[in-house]
Parts: sequence; structure tokens; C-alpha cells
Amino acid sequence: MTASRQTCANETVPELDRRLVLATQTGLPLDARPYHWLASELGITPERVMERINAMLADGRIRRIGVVPNHYRLGYLANGMSVWDIPDEVIRKVGREVGELDFVSHCYHRPRQLPDWPYNLFAMVHGHSRAEVAALVEQIAALLGERQHGHDILYSRRILKKTGLRLGG
Amino acid sequence: MDALDRRIINEMQGGFPVCEYPFRAIADRLDSTESELITRIGCMLDDGLLTRFGPMFHAEHMGGALSLCAMHVPEQRFEAVAKTVNAFPEVAHNYQREHHMNMWFVLATETPAALQAAIDSIEAETGLEIINLPKLEEFYVGLHFEV
Repeated sequence: MTASRQTCANETVPELDRRLVLATQTGLPLDARPYHWLASELGITPERVMERINAMLADGRIRRIGVVPNHYRLGYLANGMSVWDIPDEVIRKVGREVGELDFVSHCYHRPRQLPDWPYNLFAMVHGHSRAEVAALVEQIAALLGERQHGHDILYSRRILKKTGLRLGG
Repeated sequence: MDALDRRIINEMQGGFPVCEYPFRAIADRLDSTESELITRIGCMLDDGLLTRFGPMFHAEHMGGALSLCAMHVPEQRFEAVAKTVNAFPEVAHNYQREHHMNMWFVLATETPAALQAAIDSIEAETGLEIINLPKLEEFYVGLHFEV
């Protein structure tokens, strides 16, 4: 390790993790040894890079490592945010059931904001057309039966902005 | 996009190995080679078929805050309000949706206090009310697209 690449000896783990996040938030290098490449950028050993990345995977700070496809380009042209009014006493059970459906990509319990917003379960449904999304949402409605007190589908018309999670430098 | 590109997309949406030669391990599984895999991923990123390759971070687990916010924006003001909202660095995504609540954006900040401050600033600058819908529980974030 060269002197210029040596990191401050008293750098804490959170400081190191933050530098790792900053170095990878736009992506991993397309290099045969990406973690070694990062190590030389950050002035630490490759073993340390892999140890910290494994630690962040283990505690959930990194969800997963891989590619993110552009779903519009893959032909999933319709995305419908389905929203549901579910009784509070069954929200957890219903949320798990809906989240397990293979056409649902995200499923969250969020607060109602009455009177403007009566829905407390959000499930993102992706399909090749709006008709397909609508049919999938009807499948969810059939599954829930009387456990839902109303639902709606919000189709996206336009992406106005899309950037990844960014930490300030 | 050919058969190998499709296999790469299907196989690589998670589980990228943490080891010295991670591409080699996956290339073996896909009957490809390390250098071809790296080239293909680079091409699909350049081409826009992939939006990203790398670790996906979990904002809340990093100590940050994330919330979904909705607004009703009068049609005649929509473009101007979109510009105002998008100018906030805390706004990670913003979608126009077909509903009375027609603007939906995700705020991502490093602290919960910064999240509330961003909401207050956006309301002050636009004169519009924000409905704040923070996640209470996450049931599933799969995001696996089969091609």
C-alpha cells in the first residue's frame, strides 16, 4: 500500500462505511475485481472492503447487490399503484398475503390521512398493459374479499424525476 | 437484447458475490465468460436496459429517512410546481399520476428532522398541502422482473 493511499489510522467503522457508500452509490466498477478496485480507491485492503460490504448486507443496510433493469424497456409499460382501505386489525396479515403475490413488486403499510386519503395499504403492480394491471388488481380484490373496504389504482403518466439514493459528499 | 442478455437480467437482480472474482462465478453459471459478462452489463447500462449495477442501499437502515408524499396540484400550475419540487435534492423520485392526488414524490434525507424540514419548505414554496405517507411496515420489496 502506498503512503498516499493510506487511510487515517483512527478512522471509525461508521466513517469507513460512509466512504464505501459514497464510492458505490452510483454503482460498482465494471472490473474483473471490483472490490479490489474499490480498495485501491479507498486506500484500504480488499479484505476490509469485502468484510464491510458483507456486514452491511447482514444488517440490511445493503438490500442486495445486482443489476436494476429498466422495467419500461423490458415491456412492463404499465405500472399501477394499487391502494387499499384495510381494517387495522388485519392489515399485517393482508399485507403479507398481498406482498407474496409474484406480480406485486412493493407492498407497504402507510398511514391513512383522513379525510383526504383513506387508503392504508400500497401494492405496486406491474404489467404489460393497463388491462393486465387492472385484471391483476381484481385478483387481489378477489383474494381479500370483505377484508378490504375500498381500493383504487393510480397509473403513472410520467416520470418527473428519478435519481438514486444520494448521500451528500 | 438476446438470450444471454435476458439470462443476465434474470440471474443478476440480486446475489452478486462478494469475492475476488465475482463476475467469474456468475459467468460459469451462465455458460459465459468473465469478460463477456462485464462487456454485456456495460452495454446494457449504456443502452438504458439497465438503470444500475451495484449495491442497493436501504435508506432507513442507514440512519436516513424516507417518505412517500402526495400533492394535489392544479393542472394549470403542474409544470411550474414540478420544477419547484424537483429542484429539491431531497426529492429522489417524482411521478405524475392520474388521480386527484396527481403528484407523488419520494423524499430521502439523512435524518428524520431533515425530512420534515423538506416537507415544510416544499409546502412554503408551492403553497400546496403535502400528504405525508411514511412507511409503517414493509411486507415485500421484490423487484424481480422476468424477461
